[in-house]
Formats: sequence, structure tokens, C-alpha cells
Amino acid sequence: MTAMPDTPDTPARPARRLDTAKLRQARVAGWVLMGLAVMVALVFARDSAGTAVFRLSRPNDPLALPDLVVAAAPYNYFAAALLAFLGARQFMRGGMRWTSLSLGLGLFIAVTAFLVWATAGKAFSLTGMLQATVVRAVPIALGGLAGVLSERVAVVNIAIEGMLLAGAFTGALIGSLLGGWGGLAAAVAMGGVFGFILAALVVTYRVDQIIAGVVINLFVLGVTSYVSSQVYQEHRFLNNAPVFAPVKIPLLGDLPVIGPVLFNQNLFVYGAMVMVAVATYYLFHTRYGLRARAVGEHPRAADTLGINVYRTRYINVTIAGMVAGFGGAWFTLGSVGRFDENMTGGRGYIGLAAMIFGRWHPVGALAAALVFGFADSLQQKLALLQTPIPSEFLAMAPYIATIVLVAGLVGRARPPAADGQPYIKE
Amino acid sequence: MSEQETEAGLAESLLRRAAPDRAEFEDLVIVPIFAVVVALILGALTMLATNVDLPTIGKSYLALVQGSVGSLNALSETLTAAAPLTLAGLGIALGFRAGLFNIGAEGQLLVGGMAAVITGFSFPGLPMAIHLPLALLAGAVAGGLYAGIAGWLRAATGAHEVILTIMLNLIAFRLVDYMLRLPWVQREGRADPISRSVLTSAELPRIFTWLDPNLRLHLGIVLTLAAVLLVHWVLFRTKLGFEFRASGAGPDAARYAGMRAGLLIVIVMAFAGALAGLAGANQVLGVLGRATPGFSSGIGFDAIAVALLGRSHPWGVLAAGLLFGALEAGGRQMQVSAGVSLDLIGIIQALIIAFIAAPLLVRAIFPWGFRRAAKAPKE
Repeated sequence: MTAMPDTPDTPARPARRLDTAKLRQARVAGWVLMGLAVMVALVFARDSAGTAVFRLSRPNDPLALPDLVVAAAPYNYFAAALLAFLGARQFMRGGMRWTSLSLGLGLFIAVTAFLVWATAGKAFSLTGMLQATVVRAVPIALGGLAGVLSERVAVVNIAIEGMLLAGAFTGALIGSLLGGWGGLAAAVAMGGVFGFILAALVVTYRVDQIIAGVVINLFVLGVTSYVSSQVYQEHRFLNNAPVFAPVKIPLLGDLPVIGPVLFNQNLFVYGAMVMVAVATYYLFHTRYGLRARAVGEHPRAADTLGINVYRTRYINVTIAGMVAGFGGAWFTLGSVGRFDENMTGGRGYIGLAAMIFGRWHPVGALAAALVFGFADSLQQKLALLQTPIPSEFLAMAPYIATIVLVAGLVGRARPPAADGQPYIKE
Repeated sequence: MSEQETEAGLAESLLRRAAPDRAEFEDLVIVPIFAVVVALILGALTMLATNVDLPTIGKSYLALVQGSVGSLNALSETLTAAAPLTLAGLGIALGFRAGLFNIGAEGQLLVGGMAAVITGFSFPGLPMAIHLPLALLAGAVAGGLYAGIAGWLRAATGAHEVILTIMLNLIAFRLVDYMLRLPWVQREGRADPISRSVLTSAELPRIFTWLDPNLRLHLGIVLTLAAVLLVHWVLFRTKLGFEFRASGAGPDAARYAGMRAGLLIVIVMAFAGALAGLAGANQVLGVLGRATPGFSSGIGFDAIAVALLGRSHPWGVLAAGLLFGALEAGGRQMQVSAGVSLDLIGIIQALIIAFIAAPLLVRAIFPWGFRRAAKAPKE
């Protein structure tokens, strides 16, 4: 802040504080890694007997890979040793430079050790789980992307949840009447409408952004629940939409592991990947993206330079709504074809978390969404393996991991400077 | 540096929401009345659009009034529904005052409720004078500690409280699901997740059964009023409350004035969590008598709306809680006697908040009824 007292020692102080903070972060990461090492050695390695078989492809795939067979106990002792090394590395000189990388790698190793332990003596389809990961990450990634697009122009978007729900509802309703593509177009349009409403409320009517988001969420939940309990009960044909089937991309779809995971999915998975790429290009490599970010960081300066702050916010928030509407359609047109009350079940809030976790960057949000999707599918698939850990704890693990990562790693991630503030033109 | 500026900006907007510059009569009385009326009209239009005929619409609004304030029993239901909303809303309002956005009331409510249930069935033979306060205390302490985690992490590492509380909500849901299947929590002879029943000595007693044995209103409403007074006293009459408001209004100024920002965050979160936990205890000890998965039923999220609607002022929160409680109770009656889905209430609630939060919008729709023409406030 500019209010910093002008004493001679001020220039040195922030630097020192930064250093100790990083050092402490490195230490904390070290302890976390050590803890993981101990857990892997004592719980997973000691209890692993036999081999774990990971199926990588189905027998009739054109390019079949052999199963991945891992000797459980040796692998887990190795993993524990590796974790201990990474942890110890954090306490040595210069360890703080590697904090993020070590912690990420460490968590990855711990997850593999856990998988090997859970699979020991059994067989498990790795490809199937990864495929489910990508599918489940889609709505979270699109929600996160919608958040990125609107927060980059400094509009806090709590309304992602409502926009997803509106997209899901519209997709099912119009999809039942006009078919899948009509439903999809309507869902995107409806998302855009709520994006526009959010923009109108916060930009023109200067409603507090969080209130506006909460209002949209409540309103959409109310309308969709009301219609589904009041109308769908009698007219079931209105809630019976076609589902987009997976489309296999020739050649790439035949690759082992990568093929089924990335190139044999439905429209929504491809759409999410394309949108993340386009959004990244738009935000960081085009002049419109630069203008949008300028509006998010310093609207007054942007205004002085002739950028229309209000119009930029309207356009970006509306596009964000359309992205969320597309993500919402996944719930109905991309999976079950039917709308249920409150079927998004908080996925919009997880998308919000993914956005913060991904540091307000589209690719970061996608990566965070994949982590949540992985945990989601892991929990589901592990129920089949019957581990002694209660499934509720498995379900909690990703959220606990998020807290650890956010607290230890991302820390003071920086939102766009003007985030949440209305702009009033002079 | 700029991160602090952002925080200052956020705090500024929170403060604007929390404490309007001048409590204008128009904003405080006319706008809410218009908001309710317009929301009801739009609700009627929604019903028309879904093929509900006019007599049924009339009947349902009559039922809404009768079910919320039309009889002694209706009033009792309104107050019963208002109590947990107000308690949790007070916690969230406290957070807003200190510049923190606590989405975690739902999780804190669940954890607090679980603690209260477990205390409530675990000590047979305790006299009520000890058992009931103990169960309430357990709820408040558990909720406070649970929110304290978020506060501590926020203070110690700077992690964003929104993401922390969202994650803690999700964790709390799973935690409750898990605990409800533990052999010493689950009710004997049941396969579904449901806890043992709270003993009579830990139940919040119903207070108006001498008027009519069916009145469900329980001691929780007194607790709620006490909490409103307590929060008002703390916020406006104590040094701690001043520090809350100061750090919400200007974190840097507060720090330079020698306030310990980190400690304050932890205290605010713990206080807010205790109130949410008390709301959970209020539900299980006063209404449900046991815990089931998701027994919070969205109260923690509705409480955000209550806190916003009440402009983060204790009395405002109480008024907003009463309004939401009335809509809740009236909506149930509406569903029973007119066959209109309870979900309509959600639409009406959202519209009321929208119009109250956007005085400019109401002025644009109804230019008459206001002394001045609709115009943007000057900064």
C-alpha cells in the first residue's frame, strides 16, 4: 500500500518477509512430504501383498497394450523412499526453489502408491478410470472457465452454479422438443441470458456482485425446481432429451490409453478442450483479451485509454454465461438426457474453487478440474475394489488435498486487481 | 501490494453493503414493500405461465398468508423456521462486517448439529439443566472449531476463505454421512444412515404447549433473540466488535492501528462458526430430534441470502430471517392447500433479494412513490 511509512528500513522489509514466507512454505511442504512417506511406508507398503494389475486396453483394441503389472510391496517401499527424499530435499539449502514441483510430484507418487495398495492382488482398469476422470472434469472445467472469463473483467461470478443449472434445464427441455443440437444451442443461449442479466445487475444497476450471484443461483434453482415438480410430473415427454454419443476421432482414437481417454469422448469433452484453448489465446494473445484484462486490473486506466469498460464487461460476462450454459448442458444432453431438481449439486461452486486453484487462468482451471474429476472417478471405481478405507474418506480426500495445496502452495494467489468492484464512469 | 489493494476494495464494497451511508426511509421501507409486492406479482405470472388458473393463484397466496401469520400455529411455524436462518445469518453477517465471505455456514451447521446430537443421546440420566446447555455448547464449539480451521488457514497462509469454506462444506457432508454409519451413532436396528434420538433431557422444550399442545415453537427462538442481542452488543459496544468492523472497513488502517489482523480473522470465523453450529444444534435439538444425511437442508446457504438482505446488521438479519421463515412456513401451507409447488417460494425469495439489493432497479420500474427521480448515486 502507498500508506507505508517512509522510514529508511522499509525497502528491506518486504523482501525479508517474502523470503521467510517462502522458506516456511518449503518447510511445510517438506513436513507434508515426510508425512506422506511415513503413511505410504507404514500403511500402504506393509499391507501390500502380491502384484497389482492395471489394465491399459481392452482385448479387442486394435493397438492393445499388455497389462501393467506392479509388484505391490516393493513399489510402495520405493515410493516411500522417494517421498522421504523429496521431503528431506525441502529442508536443504535451496530447497524452496523446488517447493511446488516437489509437492506436486509427491502427491502424484502418493496417489500411485495408494492405487497400487488398493489394487494389490486384483486387477483394475486404469484407462476406464482416466476416461471417467475427463468426463467428470468437464462441467467443473467449464464452470471454472466461466469464472475466469468474468473475473478477468473484475466481475465476481458466484452465479456459475445457477448458470450451469439453467443450461442443464434448458438443454433437457428444448432438447426434448427440438433434438440435441437445438437443446444445446438453447442451453448456450440461456447461459448467455443469465450472463447478460448478471452483467446488467452489476454493471448498470450496480448491485453488489456477490448478492447478484446469489440471487441468480436462488432464482434459477427456484424456477427449475418449480417447473420440474409442477410441469414435468404430468408431461414427461418434455423431459426426455437425446444424449450426444461419444464420437471417435479416426486414428487418434485408436491409440492405446490416450485414445479412449481423450479422443473417444462426446461433444462436451472436445468442446471443453477447445474452449480452454480458445479462451487462453483470447485472453493472453489478442488485443481484445488484453483490453479485457486491463478492465479487470485497472478499469479507470482502461477507460482513459478509450476502452469501453461497461461494454467489455457486458460482453465478457455474457460469453462466460454461454460457456457455463454449455457446461450445464453436459448434465442432461451429455449424460442422462433428463433433468432432475438441483442436479448440478454444487458443481458450480467446485468450478469456482477450480478457478481460484488454477490462479485465474483457463489452463489452470482445467488442470484443477481434472484433479477434482480424478478424485471423483477414483472414489467411484475404488468402491469396486473394496478397500478397508470408508468411501466417505476417499470422497473427502480431494477436498482435503485442495485445502493443503491452496494453503501450502498457491497461498496468496492474486485475483484481478479490480475484482468485485463496480466501476462508475466519471 | 496490489493484493492488499484488492482486499481494501473488497472490504469497501462489503462495507457499502453492510452499512449504508444514510439509512434513508425510502430504501428501508418503500423499497422492501415494493420488492415483496413485485416479487409476488412475478410469482403469480410464473404460475400463470405454467397453467395454474387464476382462482388457484388467489387461493395459494391466501394460503401463503394464512400459513405464515394467519393463526397461532402459523406464527409458531414461522418463528420455528426463522430461528436457524437468523442464527446462521448472524454468523455470516459478522463475517461480512469483518470483510470475510463465509460460504461455510452449511458445513459448520452440519458439524455443530452432529456434535449436539451426539452429546444429546450420549449422557442418559443427566438433568436437563446440565444436559441441554451442554448439547448446545457442544454444537457451538464444534461449529466454531470447524470454521476456525478456515480462519486459521486464511490468517496463516493467506489461502482464500471462499475456497476453504467451500471445501470444508463438502468435507462436512461426507463426514456426517460417515458418522451416521458408526455403530455408536447409528440407531439400533437400522440399516440406513440415521442417528440415535436425542434424549428428552437435551431437547429444546416447546414453550407454548400451554396454549395449544401442537405448537412446535421451542426455546430456540429465545436463544436466537439472545444471539441477536449478543451480536449487536459485541459488534457495536465492545472493542472487539470495533476491531471487526475496522478490519473489514480498512485492513491496512486496522493493522497500522495495531490490531492483530490474523488473530481477528480467526476470532471472527470461530464466532461465525459457533453461531452456525448453534443453528445446527437448534435444528436437531428443537425440531428434528435426530440427524440424517443433509439434515441442514440448505439453511446455511439460505442464511447467506438472509445476511445480505439484512444488510449485515443484527436487527436487519432478524427481520430478514423472519421474512424467510414466514415464506417457508406459508409456502408449506400453499403446497398443501393449493397444490402449488413449494419451489415457487424460492423464486419469490430470489426476486425479493434482487429488488432490495437493487434500489436503482426498483426506482426504474416504479418512478412514482419516490420523491426524487431515479438517478445514479454519485460517488
